[in-house]
Amino acid sequence: MEKWYLMPVVVLIGLTVRWTVSLNSYSGAGKPPMFGDYEAQRHWQEITFNLPVRQWYFNTSDNNLQYWGLDYPPLTAYHSLLCAYVAEFINPDWIALHTSRGYESQAHKLFMRATVFIADVLIYIPAVILYCCCLKETSTKRKITNVLCILLYPGLILIDYGHFQYNSVSLGFALWGVLGVSCDWDLLGSLAFCLAVNYKQMELYHSLPFFCFLLGKCFKKGLKGKGFVLLIKLACTVVASFLLCWLPFFAEREQTLQVLRRLFPVDRGLFEDKVANIWCSFNVFLKIKDILPRHSQVIISFCFTFLSLLPACIKLTLQPSPKGFRFTLVSCALSFFLFSFQVHEKSILLVSLPVCLVLNEIPFISTWFLLVSTFSMLPLLLKDELLMPSVVTVMAFFIACATSFSIFEKISEEELRLQSFSVSVRKYLPCFTFLPRIIQHLFLISVVAIVLLTLMTVTLDPPGELPDLFSVLVCFVSCLHFLFFLVYFNIVIMWDRRNGRNQKKI
Amino acid sequence: MAALGFATGGGSWFSALALGVTLLKCLLIPTYHSTDFEVHRNWLAITHSLPVSQWYYEATSEWTLDYPPFFAWFEYVLSHVAKYFDQEMLNIHNLNYCSSRTLLFQRFSVIFTDALFVYAVHECCKCIDGKKSSKELTEKPKFILSVLLLWNFGLLIVDHIHFQYNGFLFGLMLLSIARLFQKRHLEGAFLFAVLLHFKHIYLYVAPAYGVYLLRSYCFTANKPEPTASSLFTTLPFQERALPCILGSKFLGFVQCFGQSAVHHRLLSVGKAGDASIFLILTTTGHYSLFPLLFTAPELPVKILLMLLFTIYSISSLKTLFRKEKPLFNWMETFYLLGLGPLEVCCEFIFPFTSWKLKYPFIPLLLTSVYCAVGITYAWFKLYISVLTDPLVLKTKKQ
Repeated sequence: MEKWYLMPVVVLIGLTVRWTVSLNSYSGAGKPPMFGDYEAQRHWQEITFNLPVRQWYFNTSDNNLQYWGLDYPPLTAYHSLLCAYVAEFINPDWIALHTSRGYESQAHKLFMRATVFIADVLIYIPAVILYCCCLKETSTKRKITNVLCILLYPGLILIDYGHFQYNSVSLGFALWGVLGVSCDWDLLGSLAFCLAVNYKQMELYHSLPFFCFLLGKCFKKGLKGKGFVLLIKLACTVVASFLLCWLPFFAEREQTLQVLRRLFPVDRGLFEDKVANIWCSFNVFLKIKDILPRHSQVIISFCFTFLSLLPACIKLTLQPSPKGFRFTLVSCALSFFLFSFQVHEKSILLVSLPVCLVLNEIPFISTWFLLVSTFSMLPLLLKDELLMPSVVTVMAFFIACATSFSIFEKISEEELRLQSFSVSVRKYLPCFTFLPRIIQHLFLISVVAIVLLTLMTVTLDPPGELPDLFSVLVCFVSCLHFLFFLVYFNIVIMWDRRNGRNQKKI
Repeated sequence: MAALGFATGGGSWFSALALGVTLLKCLLIPTYHSTDFEVHRNWLAITHSLPVSQWYYEATSEWTLDYPPFFAWFEYVLSHVAKYFDQEMLNIHNLNYCSSRTLLFQRFSVIFTDALFVYAVHECCKCIDGKKSSKELTEKPKFILSVLLLWNFGLLIVDHIHFQYNGFLFGLMLLSIARLFQKRHLEGAFLFAVLLHFKHIYLYVAPAYGVYLLRSYCFTANKPEPTASSLFTTLPFQERALPCILGSKFLGFVQCFGQSAVHHRLLSVGKAGDASIFLILTTTGHYSLFPLLFTAPELPVKILLMLLFTIYSISSLKTLFRKEKPLFNWMETFYLLGLGPLEVCCEFIFPFTSWKLKYPFIPLLLTSVYCAVGITYAWFKLYISVLTDPLVLKTKKQ
């Protein structure tokens, strides 16, 4: 009981790191005419405050969709409206229609950073604390260090408090959802997840595991009895929450369609800019974006995504368990990131959140993944002049994980959760005992590659004829890592026998 | 992999703490800095561009060299590294020059020279007897002392935001104290003499050193145990406390408060009574530093760090001494809790009242008076503790 005082200490460390990172530059700072995500969020406050709801998603004389048009679901718009009311109270110039374009000042930056901080403190951080406190079979000390490591994850801090976004809101809601369904508060969990999806449509990456897990629970309870009742209740909860969020936009069919068009811009192509997924990496060798017609791209991307995530989802439906749910969240989100349409580099955060949740189960691989995920966003972070905070937060995270979990001592087959798999392979190949050693060597090569690439990107200028050389290299190397992790997590899920045995006993 | 495992596991908690706080200091690089930044830039310029004979006469800038010669030589050495960052900062006519490279160099110089402080803390920890402590790392006196010293709020705020080189100097002083504990009296005395030539304000504690060395090194008829307590019980009490009272606001106060607080940190992990005095002194002293950082972006930083340090120090020492009587009585608890509403009034409510224009000094006055009460009270308690302790020691020996 006495160690609980370390919890507020650890949370305060997390908050301090967040605020000090926010003292640095933001996306598009001082770069007219378009600026960046910071200006986009300010612009949405301007739009939602000054214009009626029916104009928010439409191209009108007052709302030029080419200049940071709203492309997130309604909950983001409502959040922007709330922030706009506060902004108007402090300084109306910040959100004045048309004239506030590109508004930048110290006071305004302080206000915007404060909105991110408050949203984080209200939604994401309590979810992390509660999640870690509910961990089973872990000591108090371990729970507290788990909170520290999750709160120190550099990717989320750098994007939210550096680049400027509100990922902590959607990820926080998603985490409340995970917490709810893992603790058998299925309706509340579903509600929380619906809020997450209605805040950022990218949360759909997590939707299949939620669906399969809850469906599996319904099957387990018996579809002719309690299971069916649960299914109906869940369906009602989902429909009700969507109705509530989209109410102003269900008035007219055209409204709904326009919002959907803004959320899912199929016209924008397979990928935009550099991202560490398969299509962008493949594009280096074969320009598929130019060769294949648009609808073929959609179909191929759809097929690859669903084929890669199907095994884990089927297993989760047949054998639902909180542990299987967490791992399936990882593999599903990673499948979407690698193979889906119009993926942005920041979407890796959707994979990072579930990986943070399995940090205390597989600390070595999780820490490795989380470091690579931050590295994959290096070009973006350098563009925002966030090199110093990036290096510092990555080192802090690494030290925290290494000392809390002693990750370099947890590399046996059992600790890597590869025991069942190795045993199965050894039936055909008796000498298959070298898997942990291979993984260790891969880790060392990976660290060297990451450090070298970072140094090169920071210190050298790319050759004239290949201006994007370093960005592409970073994406390519990260993509290789992610493919490895996809295979790894799928192996862990499919060969996890413990769930199967427990199910039979019940 | 095994080597990495060894490096990151086992007994390397000290390295993790030191590295962790160093990373935090790097995050504080873009924060507000005071005129002290320009002071040190000017001294870099003076020592780099002028011959030694001119150093204490140069007055182009209002911030003339007013530290003893060793500090001037220290700036001279730094200036030879500075020239690789930005040659322009070494021009004495470039008043208030503050390029991004200058900022980076200056901040890194403070962070880098803190290495001496880290080493000194390590040496001090060696002097703590850890045999009777619990096996749990977070409850070991060495661990608690390391956190209280390395992650000290006052040093972080004054050195790495406001901008000064106190960490390096405190390191020198701590090292000299550690050497005294380790019975290496001549080394300790030498280090203190060196320190005086870096910053003369340490003259405040010179009488303490003098008396202690006389008693423990020169006239050692009945040799006392060179423990932490004896170092301070053999001192005339006023030598310790006088700085606290004489010390004026802000920096002057910070110096002497800081020194006393450092001494107390060493004591605090030994006895519950001293821990309580230390906590009152430290919490109040740290709060009195708040007016130093008056800019809005730094407000959350100072509140978060203050809360972090205060919660940790009170809780860890309470846990360490949980078998003895409670650390604070109701009056002390009330006083410390009162710092919260005081901060809310001074920084959140007062700026929106009509008094702000007419009486802008009120928050400063309230802060000073409130903190003075706490510091003086701690002084009284310390006085009584010093006067009663030697009697206890003597009776024990008998």
